[in-house]
Amino acid sequence: MSTPVLSVRDLVVEIPTRHGILRPVDHVSYDIHAGEILGVVGESGAGKSMTGNAVIGLLDPPARITVGQILLSGEPVHALKGEKLRRLRGKRMAMIFQDPLTSLNPLLTVGEQLEETILEHMNVSQAEARRRAVAQLEEVGIPAAEARIGSYPHEFSGGMRQRVVIALALCAEPELVIADEPTTALDVSVQAQIIALLKRLCRERGVAVMLVTHDMGVIAEAADRVAVMYAGRLAELGPVREVLTRAHHPYTAGLMASTPLASQGRKRLVQIPGAMPRLGNLPQGCAFHPRCDRAQDVCRRDPGPTLDAYRGRAACWFPLNTEEKAAT
Amino acid sequence: MLAYIIRRIGQSILVLFVVGLVAFSMFRFVGDPVDNMLGQERTQADVERLREQLGLDQPFVVQYYKFLEQAVQGNFGLSYRQGRPVAEILLERAPATLELAFVSGLLALAGGIGLGIYTAIRRRGISANAIMTLSLVGVSLPTFLIGILLIYLFSVELGWLPSFGRGEVVDLGWWTTGFLTVSGLKALILPAITLGLYQMTLIMRLVRTEMLEVLRMDYIRFARARGIREKSVNFRHALKNTLVPVITITGLQLGSIIAFAIITETVFQWPGVGLLFINAIQFVDIPVMAAYLMLISVMFVGINLIVDMLYFAIDPRLRVDRTAGGH
Ligand SMILES: Nc1ncnc2c1ncn2[C@@H]1O[C@H](COP(=O)(O)OP(=O)(O)OP(=O)(O)O)[C@@H](O)[C@H]1O
Ligand SMILES: [Mg+2]
Repeated sequence: MSTPVLSVRDLVVEIPTRHGILRPVDHVSYDIHAGEILGVVGESGAGKSMTGNAVIGLLDPPARITVGQILLSGEPVHALKGEKLRRLRGKRMAMIFQDPLTSLNPLLTVGEQLEETILEHMNVSQAEARRRAVAQLEEVGIPAAEARIGSYPHEFSGGMRQRVVIALALCAEPELVIADEPTTALDVSVQAQIIALLKRLCRERGVAVMLVTHDMGVIAEAADRVAVMYAGRLAELGPVREVLTRAHHPYTAGLMASTPLASQGRKRLVQIPGAMPRLGNLPQGCAFHPRCDRAQDVCRRDPGPTLDAYRGRAACWFPLNTEEKAAT
Repeated sequence: MLAYIIRRIGQSILVLFVVGLVAFSMFRFVGDPVDNMLGQERTQADVERLREQLGLDQPFVVQYYKFLEQAVQGNFGLSYRQGRPVAEILLERAPATLELAFVSGLLALAGGIGLGIYTAIRRRGISANAIMTLSLVGVSLPTFLIGILLIYLFSVELGWLPSFGRGEVVDLGWWTTGFLTVSGLKALILPAITLGLYQMTLIMRLVRTEMLEVLRMDYIRFARARGIREKSVNFRHALKNTLVPVITITGLQLGSIIAFAIITETVFQWPGVGLLFINAIQFVDIPVMAAYLMLISVMFVGINLIVDMLYFAIDPRLRVDRTAGGH
């Protein structure tokens, strides 16, 4: 198989605080290939955004990467700083944030923001930058792009603004896009359009996409593979159909049971008992064991097998659905 | 837009009217001008006659009305003390104050915005923290004390700069300027610093706070995530957004420079309108006091208006909202 666009290897992010060191990301490994969408799910505070920020080098101090590697098309980028890192951002990897209302500078026209980004990364003339900006807006589905390029962000609707944000992220043709809950702040009716747009751009341009979301429906619709995070660790990683229909990790199973998914046809939603522990006081062993009905002594002692990018699907001592598939 | 401006001007006139009314009602507590004007040997008849002549025997509302009637025609009456038209005296004194205020304002703006940006961008740096600590001194020391300290250091001890007056001035006919002579420029330095320091620290702290706020916004993060260079993030993306809220306060601060000039002009015996006002109070020179206060009010109201216009120029959201909903 070809070199993945993004390889995260054994990534650890730590935050030193007065009460000790917190680990919002704990030995996480995964790959994303060109033209592939990796969905990342998990409860609030599971470390999804931290992972994305670490990849693009935008961790807010004092959070920092202490262990592990981030490879962009095989090239290590986790140790890059300052100017070298800046040149990569936008050009080779880009990020889309949750709220399109606040992601755009209110005092600059969308054209100014697009042209600035293009001129920053590509060796083109002002006129060419403008032409590309218009083409990019057209590509993300802004009607009358030529006329709207001089408009300010507040003159667009929420969905249109998120399209502008996507155009900004993609205008310098990056290999990797990290989309951190790109539809959470949007109307339900617009959400599907934005996801479809991301999916189309991913396929057409062969961009690798890391799609962070709370929405299992979005995962089912767009993702090729899915990574489930729990308390900073990767709980499960696998092809989306497999994970959605035959979860191995009890947490994933619980997450599925608590989300309304048309394909599942369930009548009653089951809540996972308890809440995710806070980073400052993780239990010994597997962080999920206090909420898990399969937990045994070993789960209370030992965190469980670490998931790496090549082997294994669930970081669990007693995974579900591993017997012959015919049985389910 | 035009309708908005007209409405604002209407409001401004109302404000001026009320300010004048309040000022006039307070003049009566300053003292009786007649005491100063007539000296020791006076008869009750003299007093009565003078009062009548000056219109002081009438209720203050009537006095105010007469004052307004004349003022809109540009006539502020005669100074009780100098016996000359007030407008003439003010015009004579205005260049000194305006030049001082101009230099102080420039100092406060340039220094305040520059240092504000610096301390925001380098907020963990040693020099930025040193500046912030020093600025506390600037805010807490009263103006006259700063002036006296400066005089002590640079005039008395070092003997570098003059401690009072405007130095040599060049008369251009309608304007006297200290900008064209060395002694005039030297004389400007200490008063300008004294007058501008407080505003400068205020503007600096304000710019810093706003800038830190803006630097936390999502669009700054997004600009960084797109690989926009730091210089452009700070000065193109952040600064412009910082200036929107800063403009109001800054505008008013600059206005108060002229008002605060009273203290600085007294400390440095600067021959401007502030000093004129102080002397007028001692003599209960009502026409001068009234004209000065009206002048200051007009200035504040004018600055307010300009500030609002600047908003339109900077923030495109207002341009749309107001023109769409304002008619
Ligand atoms: N400066 C900090 N100090 C201490 N803890 C922090 C700090 N910043 C983040 N955290 C913690 O790091 C953890 C991971 O946060 P992260 O934003 O990655 O969660 P998330 O999975 O993206 O959640 P959400 O779905 O709410 O966006 C959270 O538990 C959060 O409380
Ligand atoms: Mg998040």
